[in-house]
Amino acid sequence: MIRVENIGKSLGGREVLKDVSAVFEPGKTNLIIGKSGSGKTVFLKCIVGLFEIDSGAIWYGDVLFNELNFHARKEIRKEMGMLFQGSALFDSMTVEENVRFPLDMFTTMNYEEKLERVNFCLKRVNITDSNRLLPSELSGGMKKRVAIARAIALKPRYLFCDEPNSGLDPKTSIVIDELIREITAELNMTTIVNTHDMNSVMENGEKIIFIEEGEKCWEGNKNQILQSDCKLLNEFVFANALAKQLKESAR
Amino acid sequence: MTFRFLSGFGAYWMLLGKVFSRPEKPVIYYRQTMKELVSLGLRSIGIVTIISFFMGAVITLQTAYNTENPIYPTYLIGLGARDSIILEFSSTIVALILAGKVGSNIASEIGTMRVTEQIDALELMGVNSASYIILPKVVATLIFNPFLTLISIITGIVGGWLVGTTAGVITSPEYIYGIQYAFIPYYITYSLIKTLFFAFIITTVSSYQGYIVEGGSLEVGRASTKAVVYSSVFILLVNVILTQLLLS
Ligand SMILES: Nc1ncnc2c1ncn2[C@@H]1O[C@H](COP(=O)(O)OP(=O)(O)OP(=O)(O)O)[C@@H](O)[C@H]1O
Ligand SMILES: [Mg+2]
Repeated sequence: MIRVENIGKSLGGREVLKDVSAVFEPGKTNLIIGKSGSGKTVFLKCIVGLFEIDSGAIWYGDVLFNELNFHARKEIRKEMGMLFQGSALFDSMTVEENVRFPLDMFTTMNYEEKLERVNFCLKRVNITDSNRLLPSELSGGMKKRVAIARAIALKPRYLFCDEPNSGLDPKTSIVIDELIREITAELNMTTIVNTHDMNSVMENGEKIIFIEEGEKCWEGNKNQILQSDCKLLNEFVFANALAKQLKESAR
Repeated sequence: MTFRFLSGFGAYWMLLGKVFSRPEKPVIYYRQTMKELVSLGLRSIGIVTIISFFMGAVITLQTAYNTENPIYPTYLIGLGARDSIILEFSSTIVALILAGKVGSNIASEIGTMRVTEQIDALELMGVNSASYIILPKVVATLIFNPFLTLISIITGIVGGWLVGTTAGVITSPEYIYGIQYAFIPYYITYSLIKTLFFAFIITTVSSYQGYIVEGGSLEVGRASTKAVVYSSVFILLVNVILTQLLLS
């Protein structure tokens, strides 16, 4: 379980996050939604410690994460996997080397065991016969899937995904959503996903947090989201025509 | 301005502190170092050889034309060329050229890793990104650049000989006598010591410039220019200090 309490963060003299609190439970896909520039990425990076927060607290289980130094964080870091907005694959390494990297770095497995785990993870994200390719030879969707494979290689307890389906076609996007949901349940991970894709919200939204201008405006699940009376959330959810029609017909 | 420079200087030393902490998995660092030996070392042999050959030739010709005086024995041309090459050319000038080639290469590589979040990905896994990325580069250049300097000295002297004798400014026996005459082996040591300092400057300054990039590809380009400029300036500065310390 991850608990954030009243965190605040300023970047470049601007308050990007204001007093945000939330609880993220294991085995669930927790979604953070909000429009572009609302502070989702900064929020996620604060939670994982890539940005230091200015105020507040971040708890991993009963460990106060934000107070730990680099070395003490390492232990928790090994249980984290993250999918970055731009995939962040190591571009000098092949697909196989990318997924194997955390295993090389943090396990004492021998080569065969590592290879087996790598192939298992790649198969889990439907990538086959691409072990020798470089990231530059992959499509955007494949990169995301390889990045997911790398993130789950060490069987993490915490998975963070920054816009896993931005820039993907609706079908691939659904595949990735399902994948994240399944893996989360399978490994009983605490998963936090940033998205502004309403499809995945309606698909995966067991717990949704809506952020606007760095403030948490609403919290709930996918069944509550359509009925919410939060004005900003409605503007966000019903920004597209199809959703508007749905709302009309639901009345 | 001064404040920015000083705080940058502080950040540079702090980064070095991160770079020189105990490696997590020595095997992986060893493997990375081997890779860097190839990409930063072996791949620089070509340019160093070509440049040294022609510079050796030019130094010999210029020494010859500047000493067209019957009092000077001709073999002094060989001696002059040898000392210029060993003392200044093969360490300092080659370092400046490598600052251009290797420095910009390092800064753009690390800068790209920064803006594409690869460094964040390493940090997130719990890897000391500074050490993982930079240490192998530093070690590789410290090991390999002395060889580049030796290669440069040899090709420079050969270039001087070949072009000097072809142009007829000196005969082969005179040149060979000249390059052996009053030879001070310490000059080679001096040159190699300078090379080590310069190698360290090139890799760490360029790595620093790449590591602190914020933004996108435009900033990566700027970082790579800065890497070359700053490394060159520091090389020249340290050159003065070292020359005073080592030769006085
Ligand atoms: N390193 C930084 N320095 C200064 N400001 C930043 C930095 N990173 C983000 N910001 C600012 O913080 C705000 C939130 O950015 P963030 O990247 O979290 O948005 P986002 O919700 O992830 O948007 P998107 O959906 O487009 O990815 C933006 O206004 C941005 O300008
Ligand atoms: Mg974002």
